[in-house]
Order: sequence, then structure tokens, then C-alpha cells
Amino acid sequence: MANSIKIRARMKGDSCEVKSLIKHQMETGLRKDKKTGKVIPAHFIQEVSCEHNGSAVLTANWGTAISTNPYLSFEFSGAKKGDTIKLSWVDNMGESDSAEADIK
Amino acid sequence: MRKLALTATAVALFGGLPLAAQAAPADDLKSFREYFMKRFPGVPLEEYKNGVYAINADARSSWEAIEEFPPYEDELMRGEELFNTPFANGKTYASCFPNGGKGIRQNYPYFDSNSGSVKTLEGEINECRTKNGEKPLAWQKGDIAQISAYMASTANGKKLNVKVPNDPRALAAYARGKQHFYAKRGQLNLSCANCHVDNSGNMVRADTLSPALGHPTHFPVYRLKWSGLGTLHRRYGGCNKQVRAKAFDAQSDEYKALEYFHTYMSNGISVNAPSSRK
Repeated sequence: MANSIKIRARMKGDSCEVKSLIKHQMETGLRKDKKTGKVIPAHFIQEVSCEHNGSAVLTANWGTAISTNPYLSFEFSGAKKGDTIKLSWVDNMGESDSAEADIK
Repeated sequence: MRKLALTATAVALFGGLPLAAQAAPADDLKSFREYFMKRFPGVPLEEYKNGVYAINADARSSWEAIEEFPPYEDELMRGEELFNTPFANGKTYASCFPNGGKGIRQNYPYFDSNSGSVKTLEGEINECRTKNGEKPLAWQKGDIAQISAYMASTANGKKLNVKVPNDPRALAAYARGKQHFYAKRGQLNLSCANCHVDNSGNMVRADTLSPALGHPTHFPVYRLKWSGLGTLHRRYGGCNKQVRAKAFDAQSDEYKALEYFHTYMSNGISVNAPSSRK
């Protein structure tokens, strides 16, 4: 389901600026279902990584403090216009997704 | 005559007196705007539609970054789908509204002389449903917010144009809304004005208080706190609860009157719904 990630990458001077919006519930595991009283199980992204030319330019370890539908933006150097980057995430339930973008 | 009206407004503001039709709404609007123009020099009237981001540059840069991928996009698209889906009887929402429901948000809320009541957009969406044999939607969030957001978005750029006719019932509703706005309530004993007029631009804990001028232009609004869209009455309920006052029901006469006064105070500012806020 590559449609969980909206991503844009742009050159800003010498560095590449990446902005993304990831659609994910980011359930903390601390909320209770109002009707049944049972805890809603934790379901959150644990790792986000970004690859460029075969090497990782970003690895993020996330936890329950990150909100629903997280917005992530970062800059990295060593890229040029036309290159491709790949953003991926894996969550605590083993689900994952990734998306690629060309650097403009 | 005008001096008397302005004095009466001033007395009402500071005395929190219940108002009969003491000051004309147009005079209230003028003094409301003048207050904010003086408080935030250099901010043009139109910019107030961006709320706190019109007066806080740091918050604005974060907001502009988030608006690159508007968090309300999905719900807005769903609102359009819902708006275009016909009822069981084959009719659509378009049949209940002037101009097919598009480009009309700026006229809400309005005073309906037949029923003698204030009509809001969400209220009429549900009236359209019941008129066509469908169950009304729950207020505040979900489908009602999505449909309202879509309809409002078709009016983006149009200036708010709420009318208060010279009808004692309309003036009474306006006065009731004005009274709610300026009256202290709750355990924290605060009025809407205490935060959004007297202390607009100041901070309450980690938040900058938005000016009341321009408030309703961007509702229904996506709040990061809600992770979703919510209507103006949803926010009213939240504000009442925040000062530890009992909230009124969404679409209650009290909140409709408040919306009437509140939106009138933002006349002349463009609709820009939905938008995202903290």
C-alpha cells in the first residue's frame, strides 16, 4: 500500500530537502475502547529509513509519542537533482510501506 | 447617537450586562475591528483568516510546512463524495441549497424569519437529509464536518457576509451570542473575550491565543489535536470545557446565537475552509 506516504524532495542549495506525510494511526496502546473498556492495542511505526544511492541517509526510531499521521521533514547532503530517494517505514506489528521520489 | 451607541457597547463589554438591542451590530463590528487593528498594527484585515499564524511568525513557518501536505485532504475529498452521493430517493444535497450548495458558505449563519431561528450550514445539511427521508448525521465531526468542509471550500475567497436584519428576533439572537462571548463562565471564570480579545497574541501555557477576528472563516477545521476535522460547535464545546464550564450541545440555540455574533464580527474576511490548526 504505497499510498500511505506522500513525499516530495527538492534541492535547496547543496542539500536535498525531503518532506513527507505518512498516514498511520500511531496507536499508543494506552487508549481504551469506550464501549468495551478494553485497551486498544499499540500500533505505531517503529523505524523510518531513507535511502539514497544505496546508503541510508536517515534512520529514525519512533515511539508512541509521535502523533497520528506524522509529518516528517529533513535535509541531507550529497544528492543532486534527478536522483531518487526511497522512504520506508516498519511498524510494531510488522507492517511496512515505502515510497520513492525523484529529487527536483 | 453614535457616541451613545459606542459608550453603550463599552459599558456592556466591561459590565458584562445582558443586552437588549443597545448597540447596533454594525457599530460593534467597527469597534471590534478597530481594537484588533490597534493591537496588531501592520496586520491587514484579510490576514486574520489565518488566525494565530497571522500574528506569530514562528508558528506560521511550521504551519506552512504542514500545509504542503494538507492533513485535511482525505476528509475533504470524502466530503465531496458524500455531497455528490444521492439519497435513497434519488435527490442530492444540491437540491436543498441555493446555487446547488456551492459558493454559499459566506452567507451562514443567517436568520430565517419564517422559523424565527438562526440557520447554520451544518443545521441545513441535516434538514436536507430529514426532508429527503434520511437520518440526520451526528454533529461535530465525521460526515457532517466533511460535507460542511467541502461546501465551505467551494466558497473560498468569498467574503463572509452575515446579515442581522432589523427584526427583534434576529437582534435578540445576535445579542444572546454577544452576551455569551463576553460573559465569564466556568471554574476558571473566563469569557471568550478574555482569551481571544484581551489576551490575543499572549500565551496560555504552550499556545498563543488567536484573535477572535477571523475565527469562523476556516471552519470546519482540521485540528492536529483532533487528528481530524471538527465543526465550529465542536470547538465551542471544547472551549467551554477548557474553562471548566458545562458545554452546550452542538447546534443548540446558545451555540447558534454565538456563531451568529461570532461570524458577523468577521464579516468582510474571506472564507478559507478547511484549514489546519494545532
